[in-house]
Amino acid sequence: MSAITSELGGRMLYSMKMMREMEHRIEKLYRQGKIVGGVFFGRGQEAISTGSSILTEAEDAVCPCHRDLAAFLIRGMEPWVIFAHYMARRDGPTRGRDGNTHMGSLKHGIISYISSMAAIVPVANGVAFSFQYRKQPNVVLCYFGDGATSRGEWHEAMNYGAVFKLPIVYICNNNKYAYSTPTERQMAVAHITDRASGYGMPLQRVDGNNVLAVHEATKEAIARARSGGGPTLIECETFRMSGHSAHDGAEYVPKELFEEWAGKCPIARFEKVLQERGLLSAEEIARMYARIAEEIEEAVRRAEESPFPDAGDLLDGVFADSAAKKSHAAGSRAEGN
Amino acid sequence: MAERTYLEAIREGIWEEMERDADVFMLGEDIGEYGGAFKVSAGMLEHFGERRIIDTPLAENAFLGAAIGAAIMGLRPIVELQFADFITTAYDQIVNYAAKARYRWGAGVPMVIRGPSGGGVHGGPFHSNNPEMPFVHTPGLKVVVPASAYDAKGLIKAAIRDPDPVLFFEHKLLYRRIKEEIPAGDYVVPLGQARVARAGRDVSIITYGAMVFVALEAAEALAKEGIDAEVIDLRCLVPLDEAAVLASVRKTSRVILLHEDTLQGGFAGELAGRIAEKAFESLDAPVMRIASPDCPVPFSAPLEEAFLPNAKDVIEAARSLKAY
Repeated sequence: MSAITSELGGRMLYSMKMMREMEHRIEKLYRQGKIVGGVFFGRGQEAISTGSSILTEAEDAVCPCHRDLAAFLIRGMEPWVIFAHYMARRDGPTRGRDGNTHMGSLKHGIISYISSMAAIVPVANGVAFSFQYRKQPNVVLCYFGDGATSRGEWHEAMNYGAVFKLPIVYICNNNKYAYSTPTERQMAVAHITDRASGYGMPLQRVDGNNVLAVHEATKEAIARARSGGGPTLIECETFRMSGHSAHDGAEYVPKELFEEWAGKCPIARFEKVLQERGLLSAEEIARMYARIAEEIEEAVRRAEESPFPDAGDLLDGVFADSAAKKSHAAGSRAEGN
Repeated sequence: MAERTYLEAIREGIWEEMERDADVFMLGEDIGEYGGAFKVSAGMLEHFGERRIIDTPLAENAFLGAAIGAAIMGLRPIVELQFADFITTAYDQIVNYAAKARYRWGAGVPMVIRGPSGGGVHGGPFHSNNPEMPFVHTPGLKVVVPASAYDAKGLIKAAIRDPDPVLFFEHKLLYRRIKEEIPAGDYVVPLGQARVARAGRDVSIITYGAMVFVALEAAEALAKEGIDAEVIDLRCLVPLDEAAVLASVRKTSRVILLHEDTLQGGFAGELAGRIAEKAFESLDAPVMRIASPDCPVPFSAPLEEAFLPNAKDVIEAARSLKAY
């Protein structure tokens, strides 16, 4: 297991815990009716986006999915902005035009995924291509779940990335369920890496609930991608410790599975590692968690102050130029006939 | 000035844009050494190299998506679809990703998706379609349908320079049949400006793509009967030059909406709605639609001839409107 500094260990723990607690707070806001629409969690999967995204450099890009909140945080998107987004306010990165984790921000190097799972993978290849085309030494981390790997787009994109040796790392959150469908109904092979074995890229399977294992595998994959060695697929074995979304009680998941995986909580495990290695003390961890709780309350307060979008801006941004936008939107209602 | 076919005009437009802007590149199936199924990119690999003329695997989702990602990062991809019919295999990427990215999170997608559409060459049900309407109906996309060599060059340049995703439907029947004197150097035909292909007083034939030539053929015949037809070539469906459409309707008071795409849900319905809303009082007769019947494009010559609108259809419609 790789050696890490207390600074890096602290950042990893902070990121995982912040993700966990923000999602708890988001769920509360959802139950209170302050967040509407779909709400998705990466509970139990915090090590994956943390251990990988923390390796990215300023000009790199990430394409997180709906269970990768830590990637947004690590790339510098502020918690209050994320809460504002969830609450459909004007200060979110989509100005109320989209919800949940559909957050993109070019200045943070975050490329937004969309709801049709795996559609982001070909797009992520294009971002990686732009680095290759411009001879920039940058990489893309592209995230998706096990369900996405059944899509044709995923297979096309894996093949494409390998053929062009794109500087990209494909990171699968294999959390064993796609909504209510278990992986054995998703595929006739045992692993996601088996699916990709025909594409000609290095494949690696790691314990996705061990942040250091994810970190180490991603480090190697990023180094390969940066040096022109092409893509890698990392399958992170994990478990979704919630329903598909906040409205889903996950009654279809055997209770024993939840119990088994609760014992593998990536945060509790990493707390132990940090203490055993003398990198962080119990007191330091407690202080960090108290700070996270305060930061979240402050973020929610600030987000609630953000106004809702102005309905007068409805058409803004359909096209770059207002002239085309106006022409496109021209109908009897828009023109007041 | 130089004489160019419609196809050569497209090639020249792309070529000049690639010379002008190092961020412009093209990707698609068999466009490199082979020069593309219709040879639009002939000679480009030798000139621009494989970094900018990119042969892809046979996987439209993968290369459309890659173009979108590259465009978000500021490059200017041109995607060649081997046949426009195959656009259906990448529908999700276009309507869910490319069309919505700017609106959702401010990420512009300056890309061109181009390819041969249309029938009349016995291509059968999978190489003859006019797939414009799903994209006309998707907010965030522009749709260009050139009918002349001059426009093909000027519009492809405008499309490449446009900050938003543009679908550029070339008509394969016109590739080598149309030849014109066009300016040798740089010029642009702005998106959203229709063209009066023939001025007339009695009836407006509003159309686009290869049907412009059907309309012009009908207009010549009608002139001999004393019916003076005006032909409007829309050039772009989105953005639409609605003012040009309404101006022609107000001038002639009689309208034929003509397209090669099938009738139900075709662009003529959209035009008819706008004309009904905004120029109802100018009409002296019902708006008439002429389009292909609601049926797949058939292969065998007698079937395809029966399928495609022709000058005779237009002439008969014009006569009935005149007599109304």
